[in-house]
Amino acid sequence: MKKDNLKIGKSILKSRLIVGTGKYKNFKQTADAVKASGADMVTVAVRRVNILDKKKPVLMDYLNPKKIIYLPNTAGCFNSEEALRTLRLAREMGGWKLVKLEVLGDKKTLYPNMIETLKSTKILVKEGFKVMVYCSDDPIIAKKLEDHGASAIMPLASPIGSGRGIKNKLNLSIIKNNSKIPVIVDAGIGTASDATIAMELGCDGVLVNTAIAKAKNPILMAKSMKHAVIAGRKSFLAGRIKPQNYGSPSSTFEGLI
Amino acid sequence: MAKIQLNGKKISILTNISVRDLIKKYKLKEKKIAIEVNGTILPKQSYAKKKLKNNDKIEIVQFIGGG
Repeated sequence: MKKDNLKIGKSILKSRLIVGTGKYKNFKQTADAVKASGADMVTVAVRRVNILDKKKPVLMDYLNPKKIIYLPNTAGCFNSEEALRTLRLAREMGGWKLVKLEVLGDKKTLYPNMIETLKSTKILVKEGFKVMVYCSDDPIIAKKLEDHGASAIMPLASPIGSGRGIKNKLNLSIIKNNSKIPVIVDAGIGTASDATIAMELGCDGVLVNTAIAKAKNPILMAKSMKHAVIAGRKSFLAGRIKPQNYGSPSSTFEGLI
Repeated sequence: MAKIQLNGKKISILTNISVRDLIKKYKLKEKKIAIEVNGTILPKQSYAKKKLKNNDKIEIVQFIGGG
């Protein structure tokens, strides 16, 4: 069978699971969970250096950006200016051009502000960034992002960190079927079966943070997510049977004694 | 002495020190950070020649865990 890799921009990912690196107990746990997940790509945020504590450990000491793809994000940005500033700084840090754009609408729902997101996508693409875009599950908006030159569309399953799973399977299917670029389900995944469902819908990948980091055993959940994504992908490729209303025996009646 | 604002905190520095000197003072690694001086990104190759002056606003950022 042909290798079933995921291509985003110029990056080729063997794993269709992307993991976030926030909310872990410490960097050691973050690194262990990332390893257990088998992910090739991790999201990272950009923040001020703590100048008062010179000995504070840094993420890069635990996750080597030469060995795993860093996907800088704009988490915490509520308008286009903040998001652009953040990603330009990320690019300066080490030449990161593949980025995750996320412009939030309000602090309670953490829903994306799609007007600011569209505006930012356009500018970033013009500046040479490869932009993976966190977005609502509106098929029209998703298509607009693709038209604006996004490298991947990342519709939410449910609100960030809510663990509510996929709330609108139909919309995700429509978005996927309309799209010529990868569709990564981002935000709201609560457990392994949610990730499997996203993949069975035909989505190209899943991004998980809180469901792993806040599980009772994050390392075990990371492994579980890895297998869930693989299972969902294979199930999609294999093609499921058509559901029927009545039973169909697995053992033939012919030759029955 | 000059007074600058570093990551939102007012600090005093010796006059005429460069951005590279400032990074060394805080034991930061150039590869792991990005810097803005008065709202404009400073390319890494300019760290040595860029001198800090009174009232400069410096932002030094790094990658942290995030989703």
